[in-house]
Amino acid sequence: MVKLFVDDKEIEVTDGSTVMQACEKIGAEIPRFCFHERLSIAGNCRMCLVEVEGSPKPVASCAMPAVEGMKVITKSDKVKTAREGVMEFLLINHPLDCPICDQGGECDLQDQALFYGRGKTRFVEDKRAVDNKPFGPLIKTIMNRCIHCTRCVRFMDEIAGVHDLGAIGRGEDMEIISNSPKGLGGELSGNIIDLCPVGALTSAPYAFKARPWELKKTNSIDIFDGLGSAIEIGSKDGQVLRVLPRLNEDINEEWLADKSRFAIDGLSNQRLDSPYKRDLKGKLVACSWEEAFKVLAENFKGLKSEEIAALVGDQACLESIVSLKDLMTEFNVTNIDCRPLLSSLPTDTKNRSGWLFNPTISGIEKADSLLIIGSQPRYEAALLDARIRKSWIANGLKIARIGGGDNASYPIEELGNNVNVIEHIYKNKHSYNKILDKSNKPLFLIGENLLNRKDGEGILGRIREIAKKYNSFSDKWNGLAILHSSASRVGALEVGFVPGNKGFNTKDIIDGVASNHIKLLWLLGVDDINLNKKPNTFVVYQGHHGDKGAEIADLILPGSAYTEKDATYLNTEGRVQRTNAAVSPPGDAKEDWKIIRAFSAFVDKVLPYDNISELRKRLANINKLLVIENSLIKGSVTDIGDTSTKLAKNLITPKNINYFMTCPISRASETMAKCSIAKSSLAAK
Amino acid sequence: MKKIYRSIWFLFLGELCLGMFLTLKYMFKKPVTINYPFEKGELSPRFRGELALRRYPNGEERCIACKLCEAVCPALAITIESEPREDESRRTTRFDIDMTKCIYCGLCEEACPVDAIVQGPNYEFAKETRSELLYDKAKLLENGDRWESVLSKNIHVDKQFK
Repeated sequence: MVKLFVDDKEIEVTDGSTVMQACEKIGAEIPRFCFHERLSIAGNCRMCLVEVEGSPKPVASCAMPAVEGMKVITKSDKVKTAREGVMEFLLINHPLDCPICDQGGECDLQDQALFYGRGKTRFVEDKRAVDNKPFGPLIKTIMNRCIHCTRCVRFMDEIAGVHDLGAIGRGEDMEIISNSPKGLGGELSGNIIDLCPVGALTSAPYAFKARPWELKKTNSIDIFDGLGSAIEIGSKDGQVLRVLPRLNEDINEEWLADKSRFAIDGLSNQRLDSPYKRDLKGKLVACSWEEAFKVLAENFKGLKSEEIAALVGDQACLESIVSLKDLMTEFNVTNIDCRPLLSSLPTDTKNRSGWLFNPTISGIEKADSLLIIGSQPRYEAALLDARIRKSWIANGLKIARIGGGDNASYPIEELGNNVNVIEHIYKNKHSYNKILDKSNKPLFLIGENLLNRKDGEGILGRIREIAKKYNSFSDKWNGLAILHSSASRVGALEVGFVPGNKGFNTKDIIDGVASNHIKLLWLLGVDDINLNKKPNTFVVYQGHHGDKGAEIADLILPGSAYTEKDATYLNTEGRVQRTNAAVSPPGDAKEDWKIIRAFSAFVDKVLPYDNISELRKRLANINKLLVIENSLIKGSVTDIGDTSTKLAKNLITPKNINYFMTCPISRASETMAKCSIAKSSLAAK
Repeated sequence: MKKIYRSIWFLFLGELCLGMFLTLKYMFKKPVTINYPFEKGELSPRFRGELALRRYPNGEERCIACKLCEAVCPALAITIESEPREDESRRTTRFDIDMTKCIYCGLCEEACPVDAIVQGPNYEFAKETRSELLYDKAKLLENGDRWESVLSKNIHVDKQFK
């Protein structure tokens, strides 16, 4: 500990703290542009100058380590003049075009010029002009406004791990440049918009759309991947205009992946705004809710319970899943599943270690070795990938991978694509065992897609055994981490949306449709299955976008997207989180659970909840943690998987993922389409 | 004695004569009234009348959609929507002012960084229906074009006091 005085107040800070941290501890406000807690210290904006007794010149507090007995003054005339001087210099080359700048109203430079500036300039010469740079379809650059804090460069270098940005030139001629003319790489580039303290980097799709003071802000969570990052939805006139990250140290820190941030324009395209049914010619025509329910009820009539099936898609909320499950139970239907084709995820909640990201996302920083098996975290959960990189930088995390994939922002030891590698490690015959021997907290990151094969249980069982052997599967440290790419999966498994007694799983249901055994299939936001549909099979699609699922449907029930409902989601760690409605659903669309509840009343099988709080009570009956926000549902150490299943010969091949187009919302988004094109042209280069 | 004076004053209609004398006096003075609408009084360059949107001399509209007037308007009479124009400049796609809400405080004019929205000298815009008083961008620009000579002169005159 170091003892020092700030403004005559004695204060103790930990060794290695900076003067700025000490000042903040007593509540003295220090203005800054280049300093950011999560980035390395640059000390180039000079805005954080403070006076230190004995030092002839003011010092940059962000870069000055606190020393025993130091006397820091933050409120003297000297400090004030120094700040005014720095501000005047910063504004020399700033165009002062606040009225046309999108940062206006939430600009650090604007605010600090008001508080710490002189209010007048003595500069009469010409300002410099800088060319704008191509930063891709997401980021608009107005480089005249840049004050060279280099936050963007440091973010891309340190956190995103994409070395696309840099600065050339000195002094007035300094410029931020990109070496990638088609746009920045990686999946986190949107964060430099938030980091930019001025309006040099602004959001291109949001350009000129609204002022920050006009937006209605709603705290919510993101559902484009399995992480459930904390977001703030900015909406105006019933339209979602932008999404910003919120601080959540457990999940996203303060970053957000590009898809979560920019795919929101898809929320106003291709929407299902009224129920649709097929007319006699087989064309989908809009109809009223009553007509739709009538058609649906007629199709339910006369069907045996084993002829009905229901599937749950990637973005369904817990409320709708539970009410659909209850509806199916009313009809004695057991053919329900939420897992992808051929998935070997366990179905019993006592085995939930087999579907959770047990070590938690922040737990990655505690691990000392990481084995990625059949997963591409870069595309499946971009922020988790950033966490891995962070751990690699901070703790020297050793990363190896089975199953290949694209380049990552950290070094990876490739162990090949062969399933036998798992078998070898299991039998202690692989060179990777040596690393595991040395490792205290190994982490096994298993992609959800890895388990979508016949020998999935065998793979899971073997990994469990390996983890057990290296003390990584105990109550103290559970290093078994299943990474889901969908926001609904963990929740659906938790509430037991899985085949019941003699029930069909996803594969059987799809085969059942092909063989005409299943006569009625309810798709709750399922868009990624291929059905070989017979003419007398009736498919109901309940969802919010006219995507693949709606195409094959005979009846469409328009639901609402995550920005339009108060809904519960479980992220891949099993963390209970809620979205909040920012806008109302378009047209006749309704909240999903209400649709199911209304239909249950239509067929005289009334579900026992009339409002959301009663439905949440029903959730609490399943697991009382499901109604407590931010609670973590933990898995226990059980024998998941099955070591006796023989491993098949087929290789573990990386799934071809187009990061920008993974769900109905992102597929309907123009911005994501542009990104997709930009990315393919980058790859072509 | 006092009583006698008062009764004479009363009997000879003294008060009336005094009043008539005042009237007579004003008959020889210059009248203060004007023959409106054929004659009009002089207005201060700061007069706050009908709103208008101005253009630059080259025809380019001044408004840059900064939305400061919308933010400052205490009556919430202004509605602006904006997006990038074809040349990527920041422009409004919608600029509506509800003149029935406007309280003619002049804050919008003060907030405008480019002298685009101004309160002109026109006060004769009474309408027969309410809907005619909901001005859109075209109407406001037309007002600006019609009054530009006066508007620019007023701004020029008032500039030294700002």
